[in-house]
Amino acid sequence: MKLIFEKSVPGRGMAYLPACDVPTVSMPAGLERREKPKLPQISETDLSRHYTELNKQVHGVNCGFYPLGSCTMKYNPRIDEEMAALSGFTDIHPLAPKHTTEGCQEVLDTIRTALCEITGMDDMTFQPAAGAHGEFTGVLLIKQYHDARGDTKRKKIIVPDSAHGTNPATAAMCGFQVVNIPSAPDGCVDLDALKAVLGEDTAGLMLTNPNTVGIFDEHILEITRLVHEAGGLCYYDGANLNAVMGVVRPGDMGFDCVHLNLHKTFATPHGGGGPGAGAVGCKAKLAQFLPKSALMDGEEHVQVRGFAGNFLVVVKALTYILSLGREGIPEAAQNAVLNANYLMAKIKGTFTPAFDRICMHEFVLDLSKFKKETGVSALDVAKTLIDYGMHPPTMYFPMIVHEALMLEPTETESRETLDWAAEVFRELYALAQENPGYMHESPHHAQIGRPDEVRASRAPILRYQA
Amino acid sequence: MLYPADLKYSKTHEWVDVVSGVATVGISDFAQDALGDVVFVNLPAVGDEVVAGESFGDVESVKAVSDLICPVTGVVCAVNEELDDAPENLNKDPYGAWIIKVKDITDEEELLDAAAYEAFCAEEG
Repeated sequence: MKLIFEKSVPGRGMAYLPACDVPTVSMPAGLERREKPKLPQISETDLSRHYTELNKQVHGVNCGFYPLGSCTMKYNPRIDEEMAALSGFTDIHPLAPKHTTEGCQEVLDTIRTALCEITGMDDMTFQPAAGAHGEFTGVLLIKQYHDARGDTKRKKIIVPDSAHGTNPATAAMCGFQVVNIPSAPDGCVDLDALKAVLGEDTAGLMLTNPNTVGIFDEHILEITRLVHEAGGLCYYDGANLNAVMGVVRPGDMGFDCVHLNLHKTFATPHGGGGPGAGAVGCKAKLAQFLPKSALMDGEEHVQVRGFAGNFLVVVKALTYILSLGREGIPEAAQNAVLNANYLMAKIKGTFTPAFDRICMHEFVLDLSKFKKETGVSALDVAKTLIDYGMHPPTMYFPMIVHEALMLEPTETESRETLDWAAEVFRELYALAQENPGYMHESPHHAQIGRPDEVRASRAPILRYQA
Repeated sequence: MLYPADLKYSKTHEWVDVVSGVATVGISDFAQDALGDVVFVNLPAVGDEVVAGESFGDVESVKAVSDLICPVTGVVCAVNEELDDAPENLNKDPYGAWIIKVKDITDEEELLDAAAYEAFCAEEG
């Protein structure tokens, strides 16, 4: 389809701005633009059709099954959007007098209490814009904790090799040296490898539990005890909280701070660039280091983002929590685990799970043997799924599994959808034996088949040029 | 898959060639094949100290970013800056497209000869 710039016709447009009724002022000399900005000139009809056409070319949770592992692409209830659209939340300004925004403060206080209870933490900030920003904030808390005690020799953060790439990146951004430890054959933390690297220079450990291969690490209490005994702190990456929310708490597992992806676990549409919200919770000993807004709190502070962060995402998360309630939150987690195990059991016998045991909310298929036998790769399978109207699973991650496909069906999918998905996987397994060549060329019916990823990475075109 | 007999190999798939006290380091044919099309190489600077068994840079392919693990301890005395503009050389000619040269070598990882490395790859792959 044409870009919006290519649809532009000089002089066409839709000027809805009323006539100017205030005196005009000129920009200071030297700051005025020399030429008009190259904005597309287009009628409202054509603009509306342009966006509808774009909408037809994408696949979202509202279009169909979206089992993107580690991303928790659950359905986001409409009521969350309705609450976030209330004018009392949208027509406000963070610098408005406090007595006019008490409802917003109540939202923050209520969700802080709820999420501290769900995570087992004592305090929480809502400033971070999304997950990686939350990690950054959380690891800075750890750094500040050690620095405040004068414990400056703690330079290392331990990260398992199955971790999300953001974990080592976060530790490095915070000025720590990253120590990678190998996973045990069961995909969990190798206790001996952990013990070997713990010491006086350990600042902390970053971990998800359940981990990246969808397995709950049963040694978690021993892991956090060992790190604490070495003088380090434990950071919980909330990426996989959907499997355990309301069932087990990071605080009780021994973690000292945690980030939550409110936009995945607590149902805000995501995956298109946001906005998200990466709330960071911590135990009381770290609470004094939490970021605060300079203008809203009026005291000495540090902040990682202005004011109260992406506040409307917080409104959606609170709506979600209050609609599910004390029974609904753990039930959602249990259904997420049930759905993943159901789908894994239905696929088994064709594609092989990387770890053949009960999983949590997601599971990983290992296609390396399949690829050797048929020549069909995980990428080919993922591309063929597009033709079936299914979003491909996460591919080639975690890196400890070769030819990985990682599926997370989430709790919001019905048994019928899971049965259909399993049937599609079985069909593709059979297709690969009969006609591997067809799958190398997939997708055959999508708007875009196989974009040139190499050229896109080596010579990206990042903006429109006439 | 090529395994030149005159090189040594690490279990993390780097090759090393030590000539009169200077080690030339690159990634093996097996490594480039597993990585897929390389789109970026993050190189160290001349003068950087590198440690055997630790990362000295990374390679980014369309699949993932992977650490480059240094087979020797020493000081970087040359980097192949051509890779900045032509990272695909690692795919085209893995044994010609060296990545760094290291001098003042004080330690090295346990390295395999070509035959042992080929057997190791057969097991991994």
